[in-house]
Amino acid sequence: MDLTTKEYSEDESLWGGAKQPFKVTYGKMMMWFFIVSDALTFSGFLVAYSFSRFKNIDSWPIADEVFNHFPFLHGVDAPMYYVALMTFILIFSSVTMVLAVDAGHHMKQSKVAFYMLLTIIGGAIFVGSQAWEWKNFIKGEYGALETKGGQILQFINTDDKRVSLEDFASKLSTDRTTHKNSNGLWFRSEPTLSEITLSEVKDGFEKNKNLLIRTEKINSLGMKTILTRDESLAKIESATGIVQGANLIHNEYGNRLFADFFFFITGFHGFHVFSGVVINIIIFFNVLMGTYEKRGHYEMVEKVGLYWHFVDLVWVFVFTFFYLV
Amino acid sequence: MADNTHKLAIFRGLLKFRSNQQKIWGVLIFLSIVTTIEVILGIVKPQILMIPFMRVKLLNWIFIVLTLVKAYYIAWDFMHIRDEKSGLQNAIVLPLIILIPYLIFIILHEGNYIFDVMQEGFVSWNF
Repeated sequence: MDLTTKEYSEDESLWGGAKQPFKVTYGKMMMWFFIVSDALTFSGFLVAYSFSRFKNIDSWPIADEVFNHFPFLHGVDAPMYYVALMTFILIFSSVTMVLAVDAGHHMKQSKVAFYMLLTIIGGAIFVGSQAWEWKNFIKGEYGALETKGGQILQFINTDDKRVSLEDFASKLSTDRTTHKNSNGLWFRSEPTLSEITLSEVKDGFEKNKNLLIRTEKINSLGMKTILTRDESLAKIESATGIVQGANLIHNEYGNRLFADFFFFITGFHGFHVFSGVVINIIIFFNVLMGTYEKRGHYEMVEKVGLYWHFVDLVWVFVFTFFYLV
Repeated sequence: MADNTHKLAIFRGLLKFRSNQQKIWGVLIFLSIVTTIEVILGIVKPQILMIPFMRVKLLNWIFIVLTLVKAYYIAWDFMHIRDEKSGLQNAIVLPLIILIPYLIFIILHEGNYIFDVMQEGFVSWNF
């Protein structure tokens, strides 16, 4: 009988409340569960990206050719270096964040504030870098033709170097006026006309004998297929328009889905970084005002720290699947 | 929390740090080395690693494994999962390692199938 009474009383103390089975506070545990659900969201996006990539495995753009810019090195082919730098910046800001958490455990207010500030700066640099990356992606570099089937035709010369449309398009004088909705049906208008027309590109291509067309198709060596001069001349007839840069509808680098996923996934991640920076700033000011000194613990710093590390964690995966693989 | 609440050994006890701060710098160095290896491999692209294995190139497998290694150390040491109780560790990690591979498997299988259909079907996608 003694035994059962004892067991019962033990149960009572377990279920009576005020026990933390995971030895963490409510706030921290909920932050963890939020992170788990957000991780599943990001995996959904990345898996959707992989789906489109597997579906178009023989024509997917090669990342090294798309992201090859570095600040102040204009025209230099620098694949990966800039994203690698961004990755290091984000990992480093993760380190300063964890140092802030550590300083919080030791109740060192000024140290927490200092490390939080470094984290905010790192995050801001990262968001800025991403904006720059987007700018280059949207602006484009060489331009390309789009065919009826939605494929992209790029131009190279006999030295295997990419050639930009402006370099060879002939100057034909034609009168072109943008159709504005004030000139006709009110709901019909067209975007600003590009500098070059399709016929100018075609004409220039016929005149420059050293130019070849490069298609989206990836050959057995993992490179884009290059057509012969005769094939190129036949292929250019199927072009329906010129594409410069990338947006959600057209993409000069190749498959349109590539641009869509790039904007969506890096955009969603960038928004996480941005909101992380904002939350960090709020907590930074709270630290300065001594809110957590009064509270007696720096757990809030720990919670934003978890979020900030998660953002870094996601970037590790985005970096791999967008830039490396 | 004082320093003694942190587990200070990484690599299964191979490397022990004297304080939590030291461990953070140690993990940073490790992560930097892994990232540098990734970037060098990404730029050099050794031809030996271009052989496909399960429809994915060997090089890409290496990238994926290194990414998972990095993710492990970020979660375990920066997010301090190492110091949590095993119940919480499992509550966080198990849903992810069960659901994500499942999702990857079904979706990529489907993607592969659609690729084959588009390849062998009678419809031309490039006209």
